[in-house]
Amino acid sequence: MNNGWNDFEIGAMLRSFDGAVNGIATTLQEDRPYSKSNSFTASVADWRIEKPIFNKDYCIDCQFCWIYCPDISIISRDKKMVGVDYDHCKGCGICAEVCPTNPKSLLMFAEQEDEDKALAGWPEKEKKEN
Amino acid sequence: MSEMKKIKNLKEFSTSADRFEGANLLCPGCAHSIIVREVLNATNDDLILAASTGCLEVCTAVYPYTSWDASWIHIGFENGSTAVAGAEAMYKALKRKGRLKQPDREPKFVAFGGDGASYDIGFQWISGCFERGHNMMYVVLDNEVYANTGGQRSSSTPIGASTTTAPAGRVSYGEKMNKKDMLAIMAAHGSPYVAQVAPNKWKDMVKKIQHGLATEGPVFINAMSACTTEWKFLPEDTIAISDLATDSLVFPLYEIIDGRKLNITYRPKNVIPVKDYLGAQGRFKHLFKPENKHVLDEWQARVDRDWEYLQRREEAGV
Repeated sequence: MNNGWNDFEIGAMLRSFDGAVNGIATTLQEDRPYSKSNSFTASVADWRIEKPIFNKDYCIDCQFCWIYCPDISIISRDKKMVGVDYDHCKGCGICAEVCPTNPKSLLMFAEQEDEDKALAGWPEKEKKEN
Repeated sequence: MSEMKKIKNLKEFSTSADRFEGANLLCPGCAHSIIVREVLNATNDDLILAASTGCLEVCTAVYPYTSWDASWIHIGFENGSTAVAGAEAMYKALKRKGRLKQPDREPKFVAFGGDGASYDIGFQWISGCFERGHNMMYVVLDNEVYANTGGQRSSSTPIGASTTTAPAGRVSYGEKMNKKDMLAIMAAHGSPYVAQVAPNKWKDMVKKIQHGLATEGPVFINAMSACTTEWKFLPEDTIAISDLATDSLVFPLYEIIDGRKLNITYRPKNVIPVKDYLGAQGRFKHLFKPENKHVLDEWQARVDRDWEYLQRREEAGV
């Protein structure tokens, strides 16, 4: 694991989990024995310029954000949207774009934005024109 | 055979435990991982996966990390298909000899490849796998360009797209060749199931993947993968662009069963003009200059013609 570029192996096998595993397809992420070579243990948080902030007051749990998130960063448990995984979110903004509620339950803010402040200043419901 | 995972609606689907991990190095907004998630979440079966060289491969297996929670192998650019076919052949042989350590586990074999690795470089290998009739699924992540190496044209690149090896400029309107009809070619191999899917139509996608995994024999899936970097649109617009592609019928969603019977699986309520799809992407920007109007007209005429052909084939049932 501490090898440098020059010590690359010709063929390498990485184990996603520590020890023998069964039934991964039905085991949620928090219950999995991730090994340190699983990218789940890494973070791409420093890629972000903007971050999504989740306002659960308006969420209808439609799960559009969950299905369309490319980075497995929308955490859904028991058919409910729980929050955003900021270790793996790259800030692409798809979740906020596909959110169907009015006002949106997910909005993009600058990375340094304070979450409480963002929630306090959440936009009002947009009235339909005419 | 193992039981098919029940996915009635999106809420039920969202209880899936992903077998593809974050902190991969795909671009923000990349459709590749949306497609991979939808494919892997469509089943609870054990999976044996392979990937040909391409964006997906280089971004999900960056030493010392892997983003895959299933058996996954990468060998070379051209042989994602044969890697998985070899594993499948070995599985069959061990099963016949009764030497499987866990005989009750029946894995599914899936290979992923980009359009470069499938339409061009790995074409012969895929053709071989389909001719030999391995029990596997091959999924093309079709972003119509060699996105991993800087945007060179592939034989999937459509007419008029500006790429680094077919750039648009004063004398050229970009790519001159038409996109290869890979689905027809794979159907002609006699494949039991060939389908085109798009990540924005997740239900259609899941249905086709489940059907494909339950089908005995080599299955070919062509998945449209909107590329924010090479198609040149903002990362948050991936799904919007995919919607434009399916609703303008540039990417019609259909399936071909046993190499013959064609079913259209998605008919847009309002068909939008092709120029709305083209205009949303930077790679087609130059087509809106007056001197390139003939390319735009040709685009619309071709899409209409192809749609007409698909409908007629569906009607005729051949």
